[in-house]
Amino acid sequence: MTKIELTVDGAAVSDDVEPRMLLVQYLREKLGKTGTVIGCDTSNCGACTVHLDGTSVKSCNVLAVQANGRTVTTIEGLADTAEGDLHPVQEAFRECHGLQCGFCTPGMVMQAVDLLGENPNPTEEEVRLGMEGNLCRCTGYHNIVKSVLHAAEQTGVKA
Amino acid sequence: MTATQDRPAAEIGKDRRRKEDQRLITGRTRWTDNITLPGMLHLAMVRSPFAHANITSVDVEAAKSSPNVVTVLSGKDFGEELGACINAWPITPDQKTPAHSPMPADRVAFAGEIVAVVVARTSAEARDAAELVDVEYEELPAVVGIKNALKDEVLAHPDLGTNKSALWVFDSGEAGTGTDAEAAITEARANGIVIEREYRQQRLIPAFMEPRSVVVDPTGEQITMWSATQIPHILRFALAATTGVPESKIRVIAPDVGGGFGGKLQVTPEEWIAWAVARRLMKPVKYTETRSESLMAAHHGRDQVQTLTLAADKDGKVTGLKVHLDADLGSYVAIVGGGVPVLGAFMFNAIYKFPAYRFECQTVLTNTTFTDAYRGAGRPEATYAIERLMDELAAEVGVDPLEIRERNWITHEEFPFTTVAGLEYDTGNYEAATAKARASFGYDELRREQAERRERGDRVQLGIGVSTFTEMCGLAPSRVLGSLDYGAGGWESASVRLTPLGKVEVVTGASAHGQGHETAFSQIVADRLGVPFEDVEVLHGDTQVAPKGLDTYGSRSLVVGGEALVKAVDKVIDKAKVLAAHLLEANADDLDYADGKFTVRGTDQGKAIQELATATFAGHDYPEGMELTLDADATYDPVNFNYPHGTHLCAMEVDTETGAVKMRKYTCCDDIGTIINPLIVAGQVHGGLVQGIAQALWEEAVHDEAGTLVSGSFVDYLLPTSADTISFDVVHTDDPSICTTNTLGTKGVGEAGTIASTPAVVNAVVDAVRHLGVNDIQMPCTPERVWRAIHANDGDAATPADAMPHFHEGSLNQDEGAGA
Repeated sequence: MTKIELTVDGAAVSDDVEPRMLLVQYLREKLGKTGTVIGCDTSNCGACTVHLDGTSVKSCNVLAVQANGRTVTTIEGLADTAEGDLHPVQEAFRECHGLQCGFCTPGMVMQAVDLLGENPNPTEEEVRLGMEGNLCRCTGYHNIVKSVLHAAEQTGVKA
Repeated sequence: MTATQDRPAAEIGKDRRRKEDQRLITGRTRWTDNITLPGMLHLAMVRSPFAHANITSVDVEAAKSSPNVVTVLSGKDFGEELGACINAWPITPDQKTPAHSPMPADRVAFAGEIVAVVVARTSAEARDAAELVDVEYEELPAVVGIKNALKDEVLAHPDLGTNKSALWVFDSGEAGTGTDAEAAITEARANGIVIEREYRQQRLIPAFMEPRSVVVDPTGEQITMWSATQIPHILRFALAATTGVPESKIRVIAPDVGGGFGGKLQVTPEEWIAWAVARRLMKPVKYTETRSESLMAAHHGRDQVQTLTLAADKDGKVTGLKVHLDADLGSYVAIVGGGVPVLGAFMFNAIYKFPAYRFECQTVLTNTTFTDAYRGAGRPEATYAIERLMDELAAEVGVDPLEIRERNWITHEEFPFTTVAGLEYDTGNYEAATAKARASFGYDELRREQAERRERGDRVQLGIGVSTFTEMCGLAPSRVLGSLDYGAGGWESASVRLTPLGKVEVVTGASAHGQGHETAFSQIVADRLGVPFEDVEVLHGDTQVAPKGLDTYGSRSLVVGGEALVKAVDKVIDKAKVLAAHLLEANADDLDYADGKFTVRGTDQGKAIQELATATFAGHDYPEGMELTLDADATYDPVNFNYPHGTHLCAMEVDTETGAVKMRKYTCCDDIGTIINPLIVAGQVHGGLVQGIAQALWEEAVHDEAGTLVSGSFVDYLLPTSADTISFDVVHTDDPSICTTNTLGTKGVGEAGTIASTPAVVNAVVDAVRHLGVNDIQMPCTPERVWRAIHANDGDAATPADAMPHFHEGSLNQDEGAGA
């Protein structure tokens, strides 16, 4: 067991973890952050995407111990949803019907936030390339792309 | 008739944002894998690496002594309490159906079959211990591929004596729905056109994004199962029927379910094993599959060899169609496995007026993952075959593919139309859908560009593909299912309850997994009952909340479940009217109901439905003889399928030097009758399109000759990404063909995109290179296959496939080993 200390969605947390434990397993099993989900075992699907120090990572591809001393933001910490707030990207996904079953959605939203942080005014092509690492089986991507472009059009999009 | 006719349709047709989304976009979700119960144990499955083998011994000692392992069980440790995975649709009385144990004790029949289960305190510890289970196998020869299976040399299940499971035949001459197809073919050989082709429907994997997961809690009087399933009601029925636990002791919950596409329309070994382990240990257990396990052991779809003969006169008017399917069931006949290709039997004649039709389907068993429904289930395969053939016929006659369709389709004046397969299509307008799609697509302009590129010998050639599809959906009239020997009905159930404070609880037996029922059903009830959209709460997916239902598949939820809702709402209004008349001291005949309120005609007196709900709760003043409730249940059994249709047009660019293909434009005009929520409909179409396009271009489940799945991860099974796809042009006819067999006039849309798009894409790819002597490319149309097709004869000669007949090994439209 290795002791780690990190900040997750604004809260300081500390745990002893097995060195092999993945960040996504830590988030789900130790912290109950079940908004972040596991869709594959080969880091293809991106459903587990979170931000590590402000940059999107597939949390199945990061060990929990690698997050020691760092800051993690999950879909649950993106906006103060308990107060009814939504991040503009979350709002855009609802507005543009960018989700159906919603399983890929947390990862899609986190990836889109990072994408727009780097490139606030992307073209459709840039959105398609930027979201390539996140798989969706329901939407055919049409409305996901539209959602990201819609979010970009709205003001105040920040990572 | 209740006074519901003049109610304004404020909600139906509105692009309401979904009620489901708030929780899904914020991660406040209840996927099955999110459920954790006190003392819960975790399961890991030990799976056979061999496609066919006798299990000679299972040594669990090392695994049992691994840290925090509670027990390890193999097939011989279970008795009848383990139950069985059922086949609900034996397609013929003499169907060969191998016994399907969730965990066989003696012999495995596909690579990935479960031979033991490890139970431990954590999932990681269970998986660690699973590695320590030592299973000795005696490997048996495995049969892989349809053509090998048909030879009956190597048997998937030696005790059955054959790999042939069932032969299902429909003949329009014998059924009296048409004439003799063989005679039409003979005539056409002499005086007309005969097109003979063999098409391969490759095996696909549904690949829902949420891996399957199951939690079983035996604590308390009832045993509760949460499962990532499309079919909680059927699951409860099958658990009771096969494990001996009464239905009344079983509660099945499908919480948030992350996609299904038919792939979660199954009763799975994993569910049955979790059930048995929880009952044995009397502790809650959870099993969540890995993606690799999902791809290997969750059911696959499609997988047919289609042998097709189309007869036509010299003008391209079709005179007969003969279809022979060989369909791979995989290792077992899954819940509706054998029935899937039979669902296609009624659709090969599609939108056309064929006078003669014969259909045969031979199902075969192989040592591969079992197959079952995948989005469209039988109908995409049928649509692919006929729409590819119609393009071939157009090429033979030398006319535009749209022209050949027009010569054969049912015109809008001819509805209702009874087809050669015996179905009655109620409404449709193929001319209107085609005209609108054609205009939106810019058909003529793209044809001009195609001609220019051909003229100048452009390296990148343009092809235009057409698919004018229809489908039968809204599964299904129960009597029809009975006549096909299906083991259940096709009705749906709904309840409408009014709470004391005037909110509306709607209970449906449909079980959504991404479709947006909570939103669309709220719209229907809001309109019909005249209450605010926000006041309607749709409850589903829990057999204790929604005790009756037949779940969600086959584009049935709206057209069957929605109609049950309508009937329940109408009953509520009828009941409320009695109370309203009493409280208003008026004659019921003098009451009008509109906008959620009864008013006395010619006065300003009225009672809102919410007031009546409160009055019913109080019970202080109500008429003699009235039962003190406004709540109502309804069950609806459809009288017919419904028949959405549409014209899909696809433009593909093909790089003739590399074989790479690129989608340039895709337009579809679907006529689906009344649209409840255009936003949700568009989403269904987009997603359906990409699944169909993916079959045409990318996806294929491949087993090697030993029966090992070699496309067993998302590295190898090519789900499309946002970078592979384009934005689509989705339109609808201005004056849709309203369905006449349900009140709302709706037709199903969940599968339409998938059914229609595959042939549109392949037709486009073939059209781009037809002038180079190509008349078929096997799916998925990879750059290699496209390049090989182009260079098979370097564009100089017609392909050997143009000769007829050509149903032999090595013909051009098969890859080496196709179907093998």
